Amino acid sequence: MNDTSLRKKAPRSKGAAPGRKAAATLTQHVVEVISDSGEGAQRCGQALGAIAARMGNGVWTVEIIPAEIRPPARSVAGASGNRIRLGASSVSNGGDETDLVVAFNEQVLLGRIRAGELKPDCTILLECTWRDSADPKVAASYREAYDRLVAAGYKVYEIPMEQQCRALVADSRRGKNMFVLGMLCSIYSLDLVLAREQIEQTFSKKAASVIETNISLLNAGHEWAEANLDFKYHIPAARATVPQIVVNGNTALALGVLASGMEICSMYPITPATSASHYLSECFHRVGGIVHQAEDEIAACAFAIGASYAGKCAVTITSGPGYSLKQEAIGLAVMAEIPMVVVDVQRGGPSTGQPTKVEQGDLLTTIFGSHGDAPKVVMATSTIEDCFYAMITARKIAETFNMVVVVLSDASLATSQTPFARPGFDTAWVAPPVDQSPMPPGTRSYDWDATTGLARRLIPGQPDGMHAVTGLAHDRLSRVAYDPDINQEGLRARSLKLAALQKTLKTPPVFGDPHGDLLIIGWGSTRGAIEEAVECLRGEGMKVASMHLQFLQPMAAGIKEIMARFNKVMTIETNWSDSLEDEIIDETNRRYAALATLLRARYLVDVDCWTEVRGQPIKPGTICRVIREKWHH
Amino acid sequence: MTNSACECLLQLYEDQLELEDYQSGVPRWCSGCGDNAILAAVQRLCRDQRLRPEKTVFVSGIGCSSRFPHYMKTFGFHGVHGRALPVAEGIRMARPDLHVFVNTGDGDCCSIGAAHWIHAIRYNMNMTVMLHDNRIYGLTKMQVSPTSPKGTKSNTTPRGSQLEALRPLTVTLGVENVSFVAQAVDWVPELLYDILHKAFHHRGCSFVRIVQRCPEWLPNAFDPWMQDPMRLLLLTHENGLEPGATVSRVYGNQEVHDPGNIHRAREIASIDDPIPVGILYRNPSVPCYEDLCQSGELNTAEFIRAGLEAEFDKFTVWPQVD
Repeated sequence: MNDTSLRKKAPRSKGAAPGRKAAATLTQHVVEVISDSGEGAQRCGQALGAIAARMGNGVWTVEIIPAEIRPPARSVAGASGNRIRLGASSVSNGGDETDLVVAFNEQVLLGRIRAGELKPDCTILLECTWRDSADPKVAASYREAYDRLVAAGYKVYEIPMEQQCRALVADSRRGKNMFVLGMLCSIYSLDLVLAREQIEQTFSKKAASVIETNISLLNAGHEWAEANLDFKYHIPAARATVPQIVVNGNTALALGVLASGMEICSMYPITPATSASHYLSECFHRVGGIVHQAEDEIAACAFAIGASYAGKCAVTITSGPGYSLKQEAIGLAVMAEIPMVVVDVQRGGPSTGQPTKVEQGDLLTTIFGSHGDAPKVVMATSTIEDCFYAMITARKIAETFNMVVVVLSDASLATSQTPFARPGFDTAWVAPPVDQSPMPPGTRSYDWDATTGLARRLIPGQPDGMHAVTGLAHDRLSRVAYDPDINQEGLRARSLKLAALQKTLKTPPVFGDPHGDLLIIGWGSTRGAIEEAVECLRGEGMKVASMHLQFLQPMAAGIKEIMARFNKVMTIETNWSDSLEDEIIDETNRRYAALATLLRARYLVDVDCWTEVRGQPIKPGTICRVIREKWHH
Repeated sequence: MTNSACECLLQLYEDQLELEDYQSGVPRWCSGCGDNAILAAVQRLCRDQRLRPEKTVFVSGIGCSSRFPHYMKTFGFHGVHGRALPVAEGIRMARPDLHVFVNTGDGDCCSIGAAHWIHAIRYNMNMTVMLHDNRIYGLTKMQVSPTSPKGTKSNTTPRGSQLEALRPLTVTLGVENVSFVAQAVDWVPELLYDILHKAFHHRGCSFVRIVQRCPEWLPNAFDPWMQDPMRLLLLTHENGLEPGATVSRVYGNQEVHDPGNIHRAREIASIDDPIPVGILYRNPSVPCYEDLCQSGELNTAEFIRAGLEAEFDKFTVWPQVD
């Protein structure tokens, strides 16, 4: 990709064709590329994002994934592709409805319209090969859809993508995606040289002829758009000065596992968590790690507990239903004080729910779940970059406090990409070697500190450290407790550890003014949308601020004081809460959103909430609308 | 992985260890419970093999037999019901330098933890698994177990159990990668010891079902077998058990059985009466899962850095150079 000879040879884009409008300058735009599964829209969208990132644009890409592996061709529910938000400065979320969409057939497009994902005046670039399809049903369906789209006010451009590609490739259905990439480079005035480099990188494992063909498709798409389209955009970019990593949240989590010094990941396949384990399986051995696919979720957790008990901290990665299955074993790890990191990439629930959709439904389960009093640390990642660093932090906390640390991510972060600065390796990330030093005779296996509840962890192999760990209530020698005072003492020690951790946490920063009319509190993947909305509303003169919590259990000190500086406090979350507008809902029976419930209980503050469970990330525009409505009430 | 680091830390001890060096606390099992006999045999084995107590881990689930680790002065892990095997597998994967033993009951292994049992055999990780099979739930006060004979009256089957008993040995011998299967009875300590000794020295998952008495809930159930030595079928072979003269004289009902013969092993596994005792199956050539997974690399910070930077390179967008 650093082949400069190519850069010299390749001609640069010549700018707008005669008759074409000069490029309109935009601060941001949302573009979608959608196709049937297997037509390459994903690859096209990812490449577009990478090229724009290299130009220095802010980029946020989201995968559009059908629920089925092989949905029928040309089906409304079968849309597969990418949604790319391009910005003049860095972009923190997927944004609002789509401004421009490239669709390989009209059916997948109808699916996106039904989902409410397109702006009312969205520009549509539609493959028109279907208009003259040999199958009269297909042709009729296309013509009818086209007419309806035009009538509905969309700006529809019919593009003969397949016909144009046919001159260059035998299977034009499969080459279309690079043709579209060329078109989009023209539309957004992106550097063709970077686009060619991106293609070389994307197909670096393929033959030179494959790269050549794809570059010729790219050029053809670019030329076609220059010659035939009457619009063009330009999104100013600030050139990136540092190397950046472009990965989705699950890959970032896995990279974080590599960096954290954890050596064993045991897991069981579950959507949307599994892609983290896929990537880890590919590369974990390069840092001496092992991925164990266990026979079930319970075994995956028990295996991690055994590995952690025997040395370094292990990680298990799952999603909601898998987390439920692990809960008894998590209780054991809490009782036995075995460090362990549990990643829960949340999805819609309960039960099988919406496996590929976005929801923040597991907060209360992870904090209060298991059985009896099972204190554990619960933290949430709120950006892609956060997914990386959270794993390092989680491992450190787990081993420092001998606790279970749950890291919450969700389907939104799991499938989104945005660049972040390439981390510089720090040896402090890595775990120390397994302690095998001899213990003085008489060492007690749970020598709980009276103030912090902390006890040194004894690891098999340590002479004179022998004891039997047990899930039963136990005394300081790990003997089964038959004395009620001992149970009281053990529960106290395990609870105090959370307080000890809390003393080390920083108060979360406030985004916006330090005081005002409304404070929005959020957690997890909603951060970008909430902060963008806050910025927009402040621009309208509202005194709104937000605060995002990384630690949900324990919560940092200082939160109550921050809340006190605002007239109203509310949470915005992607989980269920009852609406007071429902006839039988009132203050005595309303079920609040998860974080609102926690804040109300802890701080005795009347925290309101607004939530949405549509399976999609909450849009900044939606938050703005909700706050404006509340404001004017 | 940690193995290389741990191997560096291995020390060759010369000190003599006594039985007391493996004993911890006074077992709270009922008098006459088969668990006591198993504990005695295991402590003797540890002493004779001079196992370093800090290098030895006993893992158990929940049930009467799962109290076992509390009575060993080694490292122990008394976990949750049914999950002893995956915990032991995690330990084994993280620490190939440790001796790993599992004590599990018929409810723990063959009922709530049955999935783990099947897969543990398939993983074939190096550990000695003792199935304490007394054919009844003891700790929860007499409920039918999957290995209870049909007709067993218990608190949940007051009119007698309706189902045929599950045979742990036939199940185990049906799983791919099975590498060591043996059966012992708690009331012949010499044979119990010999079988555990063979199991310990087998590299792989050694599965030993120990038929044991429960004096509390199934009193006298095995009396007919104890009183008639001919109702034990002693399996002997030069590659299996070679019992001493005294044992051979008492237990005259013998079969020369080659532990390499899985077909005959499966037939023997389905014999209920006489109770077969000895090594049913042994195949030292089955690979261990942990050996297939280990990279053998020393996991230094520099090694991790190099691996991580190589991964970062795959996803890095470099700033444009003019």
